[in-house]
Amino acid sequence: MVAKYELDDDSVVLIIGTGSGGGVLANELAQKGVKVVSLEAGGRYLPDDYLNDEWDSFAQLAWLDARTTSGDWRVAKDFAGLPAWIVKAVGGTSIHWAGASLRFQPHEWKARSSYGHVTGANLLDWPIDAAEMEPWYEKAEAKLGVTRTGGRPGLPGNNNYKILEKGALALGYKEVHTGRMAIRSVDSEEQIACQQTGFCFQGCKWGAKWSSAYTDIPAGEATGNLEVRDRCHALKIEHDDKGRVTGVLYADKDGVQHLQKARVVCVAGNSIESPRILLNSASSMFPDGLANSSGQVGRNYLRHVTGSVYGVFEKPVKMWRGTTMAGIVQDEARLDPSRGFVGGYELETLSLGLPFMAAFLDPGGWGRSFTSAMDGYENMAGMWIVGEDMPQETNRVALSATEKDQFGLPAPNVHFDDHPNDVAMRNHAYARGEAIYRAAGATRTFPTPPYPSTHNLGTNRMSEKARDGVVNRHGQSHDVPNLFVSDGSQFTSGAAENPTLTIVALAIRQADFIAGELAKNNL
Amino acid sequence: MTPSTERRGLSRRQLMSRGLAATAGMIIGGGFIAASDAAWAYEAAALKPETMATLVRMARDIYPHDRIPDEFYVIAVKGYDAPEAAPEIEAGISALNAAAQGAGHADYLSIGWEDDRVALLRAMENSAFFQKIRGGLVTGLYNQKAVWPIFGYEGESFSKGGYLHRGFDDINWL
Ligand SMILES: Cc1cc2nc3c(=O)[nH]c(=O)nc-3n(C[C@H](O)[C@H](O)[C@H](O)COP(=O)(O)OP(=O)(O)OC[C@H]3O[C@@H](n4cnc5c(N)ncnc54)[C@H](O)[C@@H]3O)c2cc1C
Ligand code: SF4
Repeated sequence: MVAKYELDDDSVVLIIGTGSGGGVLANELAQKGVKVVSLEAGGRYLPDDYLNDEWDSFAQLAWLDARTTSGDWRVAKDFAGLPAWIVKAVGGTSIHWAGASLRFQPHEWKARSSYGHVTGANLLDWPIDAAEMEPWYEKAEAKLGVTRTGGRPGLPGNNNYKILEKGALALGYKEVHTGRMAIRSVDSEEQIACQQTGFCFQGCKWGAKWSSAYTDIPAGEATGNLEVRDRCHALKIEHDDKGRVTGVLYADKDGVQHLQKARVVCVAGNSIESPRILLNSASSMFPDGLANSSGQVGRNYLRHVTGSVYGVFEKPVKMWRGTTMAGIVQDEARLDPSRGFVGGYELETLSLGLPFMAAFLDPGGWGRSFTSAMDGYENMAGMWIVGEDMPQETNRVALSATEKDQFGLPAPNVHFDDHPNDVAMRNHAYARGEAIYRAAGATRTFPTPPYPSTHNLGTNRMSEKARDGVVNRHGQSHDVPNLFVSDGSQFTSGAAENPTLTIVALAIRQADFIAGELAKNNL
Repeated sequence: MTPSTERRGLSRRQLMSRGLAATAGMIIGGGFIAASDAAWAYEAAALKPETMATLVRMARDIYPHDRIPDEFYVIAVKGYDAPEAAPEIEAGISALNAAAQGAGHADYLSIGWEDDRVALLRAMENSAFFQKIRGGLVTGLYNQKAVWPIFGYEGESFSKGGYLHRGFDDINWL
């Protein structure tokens, strides 16, 4: 029986967002007998509903509320109203994600200590470390069914992977494989393995890739402890005169506003919306926004150093066939400042369909240089760069002074300038990526600029000391004890790896903490 | 509409006899434009047929794919052939023709070499008009399912059971 709670039931834990962070937290709490209300701005879409067509899927799932951009990143020019490519739906961006599931390297939990002082960077060590995270990573890998962990075999490599592998091995790279993926590599009694359909970014119609939409959410609902209210958009978090949060004001699908009381509030709206909700919850007691005594809410916005390299070969590759992220080169993820930058990066295969390739290969490009590249589409292979970017205080999500969303609330502006370390890393990665494809026989290569952000992190950072960040080692607000941040915005630094495994591990760990504190009546 | 469903059954001769001009591979007639081989014809609704023909040529010059027939460029821009959009398009195309005249040509369509037309487009590439047409083409042209096979792109595969048993790893030349 799916739970149903009253608006004035102030014993519930209220979670904003049902994606990788919020969806997992909701299920984990529900499994422990905690009463949970999840508010989700988007609707419910399951594998049968997913559209294997890039623009149709974008229209179905993408978060398209008003947003603005500023800064020197090319996204601000090419996609001024679309800083991020993320999902508004039950399951959040875990519907879109490709499934690459990598643990942080131990030194990355201690970015400030590992890299030393980097001018202009607001580096900080996480208050937790690899040893402490180890058991949570294990639970997360088991939940997500990550290949090449826990005895699960790797996926087979598609054509796109074979090209990457050939070029990478030719250059002497060693850590080259088909990835650690949250994609089923073997059929089980009830569930089918990956059928290599492609379109992992549009939602896996076989359900072979993990998404909270069809795993954690229904599992949580089945306990009878979780109520998910879809198409319910959180507007503002309320608090009492003791500075404790008391509930959340939200608008339902008809725009009617309700106040759901709560004992604990957890924010998991992804790294643009989460700080925005806190900033929009400013009050006379918290004039700079909720949980913002440090002034760090919205700051240190991270998006990974990204970019893509495409190569055209003499003969067909058909990169769209099979898993979108079909393999990885990990050798450059190491820390080695002799390359001219701190931090490292991963190279992962990527493919876009023809419609998205036209939009993203060289945004704004036209003429024969562009179209001759597109003419090579069938013979193209592609890879994506994902590396650690430097946190900067001035890279931030702030409330727009002019733009408003559909509820009349200030829209978020996303400001991002590349740090010199980011630029050096991207240029290094472009050169290595192009070298890999040339070694595999490419006749032409393209260093393609970053897409709208898919990895959005850091805007409610975790810190040991209250003055340095927004939340403590449990994702709990330094200022407001019954307020938590449960998504990628709590990242202190970004590391080189795709973030979701870490978001999920932190959510499982946080559920354990919240349930324990509730039982001890500390919350 | 798709041009194929709009085939009017006119012969090339009939088209030529109705046509006012045959330029750049297209016939421009009273109210319509058509392929010189009569493979398709398009009846302009709000735009002048010359404007529509110029717009189609401009679209091809922006995203030239020699293996894509004109009819797909017509489909890509036909959304502008509507009363609300027409004034801006007429103005933009007049400006383009004025630029062509400034460079010593009769109009844009009469310029023989693509490079000469592209030079005019480069000079106006930051204009709102150019950016509107270019931006619209990104989806207008490349999101037409009918052009995908020309690029070898296969689109969705779920209905066929994916590629697990249909060549996801069939590369044989590496
Ligand atoms: C194309 C693509 C590919 C990716 N591939 C990978 C990959 O291979 N590996 C990897 O690790 N990561 C990948 N990612 C990133 C990954 O999807 C995200 O990092 C992750 O899902 C973020 O989790 P989250 O909980 O922070 O936010 P989300 O999953 O985005 O969830 C946030 C949810 O909150 C909801 N919400 C927001 N505001 C409100 C509000 N005010 N009221 C109610 N609900 C609200 C949203 O609708 C959304 O459902 C990819 C992302 C994209 C877009
Ligand atoms: S390639 Fe595999 S994981 Fe990706 S969408 Fe298809 S079946 Fe799902």
